[in-house]
Amino acid sequence: MSDKTKPNNSMLNDAGTRALIFQVLLLSVVVFVGYFLFTNLQNNLDNRGISTGFAFFNEPAGFPILMHLIEYTDSGTYGRAFAVALINTFVISMLGIVLATVIGVIVGLARLSNNWLVARLATVYVETLRNLPLLLQMFFWYFAVLAALPAPRDSYEFGDFLLNKRGIYSPNPSFQDGFGLVVMGFILSIFAAMALVVWAKKRQTRTGLWFPAYWSSLGLIIGITFLAFAIAGFPLEFDLPQKSRFNVTGGMVLPPEFVAVLVALATYTGAFIAEIVRAGILSVNWGQTEAARSLGLRDNLTQRLIVLPQALRVIIPPLTSQYLNLAKNSSLGAAIAYPELVSVVMGTTLNQTGQAIETIGLCMLVYGSLSLTISMFMNWYNKKMSLIER
Amino acid sequence: MKSNVGKLLSTAAIAATISAGATAATLDDVKAKGFVQCGVSQGVPGFSNADVNGEWSGIDVDACRATAAAIFGDAQKVKFTPLSAKERFTALQSGEIDLLARNTTWTYTRDASLGLDFTAVNFYDGQGFMVRKDLGIDSAKDLDGATVCTEQGTTTELNMADFFRKNQLSYVPVVVQKADEALSAYASGRCDVFTTDKSGLASHRTKLANPDQHVILDDTISKEPLGPVVRHGDNQWKDIVTWALFVQVNAEEMGISSKNVDQIKSGTTDPGIKRLLGVEGDMGAQLGLPAEWAYNIIAKVGNYGEVFERNVGPSTPVGLPRGINKLWTDGGVMYAPPVR
Repeated sequence: MSDKTKPNNSMLNDAGTRALIFQVLLLSVVVFVGYFLFTNLQNNLDNRGISTGFAFFNEPAGFPILMHLIEYTDSGTYGRAFAVALINTFVISMLGIVLATVIGVIVGLARLSNNWLVARLATVYVETLRNLPLLLQMFFWYFAVLAALPAPRDSYEFGDFLLNKRGIYSPNPSFQDGFGLVVMGFILSIFAAMALVVWAKKRQTRTGLWFPAYWSSLGLIIGITFLAFAIAGFPLEFDLPQKSRFNVTGGMVLPPEFVAVLVALATYTGAFIAEIVRAGILSVNWGQTEAARSLGLRDNLTQRLIVLPQALRVIIPPLTSQYLNLAKNSSLGAAIAYPELVSVVMGTTLNQTGQAIETIGLCMLVYGSLSLTISMFMNWYNKKMSLIER
Repeated sequence: MKSNVGKLLSTAAIAATISAGATAATLDDVKAKGFVQCGVSQGVPGFSNADVNGEWSGIDVDACRATAAAIFGDAQKVKFTPLSAKERFTALQSGEIDLLARNTTWTYTRDASLGLDFTAVNFYDGQGFMVRKDLGIDSAKDLDGATVCTEQGTTTELNMADFFRKNQLSYVPVVVQKADEALSAYASGRCDVFTTDKSGLASHRTKLANPDQHVILDDTISKEPLGPVVRHGDNQWKDIVTWALFVQVNAEEMGISSKNVDQIKSGTTDPGIKRLLGVEGDMGAQLGLPAEWAYNIIAKVGNYGEVFERNVGPSTPVGLPRGINKLWTDGGVMYAPPVR
């Protein structure tokens, strides 16, 4: 034709258009495969007469749960049971992360100690704990805890606290009228303390004068809260634990399953964190310490102001994976009766409703979101701590 | 961990298999591969338990063997898949196993909503409680405030909740993933009570250090008819599994056992027995089985009474009385439709 001689500049030869076409093609293949798998699944379930959907969430669950931090009776719904399990998973993960970090930092520093015995003990701890499977350790702690404690009738008593095979029993606070004032006082005091810390920091930048902000804000929180408590007329009563025929009734109880899972998770992950902390500190050039000393900084200030901030940059990224591992490992608690997500949802709920795909999908969603949240927080923290280049 | 992986895999398998599974003839598949894949427990003595040589035995194992004997004339052509309580239905739904014989209670919800069919009852059971003798308890009504250990993924959990609610008793549940660990928790004193089906209590009690220090309370708080389960929709396969069991019950009723079956087969003049043992006619063909299918079951596995005595009867460590599992002619509820 007439344009035969013209250079071929049709749309198909445009790099941008071609890239777009390929992406649209790829996307439609992905969507089609997803659609096919989904409808196929639906067909198979229908053919086998397996009911689907989340309607069961509003039905009464009919089973009690060992540990619930929100109100839950055995006539609660499956949705409620899910919430209880979610909170149990969340609580064990967060407490585990805090405790593992504390253990990790202490043991990590201990491994670098000049004290021969302390350093060796820390090494033994790390090498033992991180080389044994976590599930095994969980069973060990569970059955070790159970074996070490007395039966309810022969409980150890510490004042109003009781300790036996069934858990740690403490007085249960019941809030009377006027407790709202105490809560308000507490919140108020936290804001006051935050303001104090900000003021102290600004003043130090401006004048170089140091103010013991942390100690005084702690005093502020305790003081204001207690004052509110006194003004409201001490609106708090305690329900004391009492020994009964089988168990202890009344009071609050921390079941041994909780303790075993927490200890297992914290000590196991703590061993890994110890190594990360040690590596982080060793990564800071010795010259930094020497420079700090030659400026006349004391040893603990050298550590706190010079070494640790630089070490943190190396520590945080691998620390994030340890936190993620801990959160996911909390699912092993199901093996020793800790009522977390896997136990309550993928265990009991699945067994009673038969909704395998829904319950497992839900659990995957929860662990996914939990991990992503931890990850996002740690990335934010990492950014905050990273070297600011000018 | 293992159980979760297994469940995910089998869920994925449901998602991936093309919908042929539901209508495919399990019998053809089984004949093609040459054995019956049977889902059993991870170790309940008397029901399904592997010995030190990996040899399986028990009432449920014999249900699998009877099916294999009916199809192949060889009771050994069975492969076993040990399953936890929570894995069992998914494994059957996904086609990982052909037959589930894992002391599984027949309930409405399971039959109606899981895409499964219960075949027949090979053991009539009921849930009970085991406690330490020194607690001095003799009725389940005295259990107010007790801590109760149980295995996860069973009807036990629900029955227990219903029982305590009905009687307005409070209790603390300790729900452990595997029966063995639940038993360890009970043994270590974490719980006052261990609960499961009474047959299970009897068999678990044999695993405790001092079985004599524990007592099974008389109360039975539920009906637990246990039996083999198959996938919904394959009627031929369901009939085979069902009638393999019925043949054993009928054989006991007619006085035919593995010991005298050959003698009876050659000597009998009873047309009913001749039909059953395949001497006359071809009853097996109706289910796609060899003519001697019933003879093979009785000769290779035995009648129901033999199976009971061998696995859970008073002379075994489990030591269960025959109770309501006696034949209907002896005052029990074991009753099978006639083979004719």
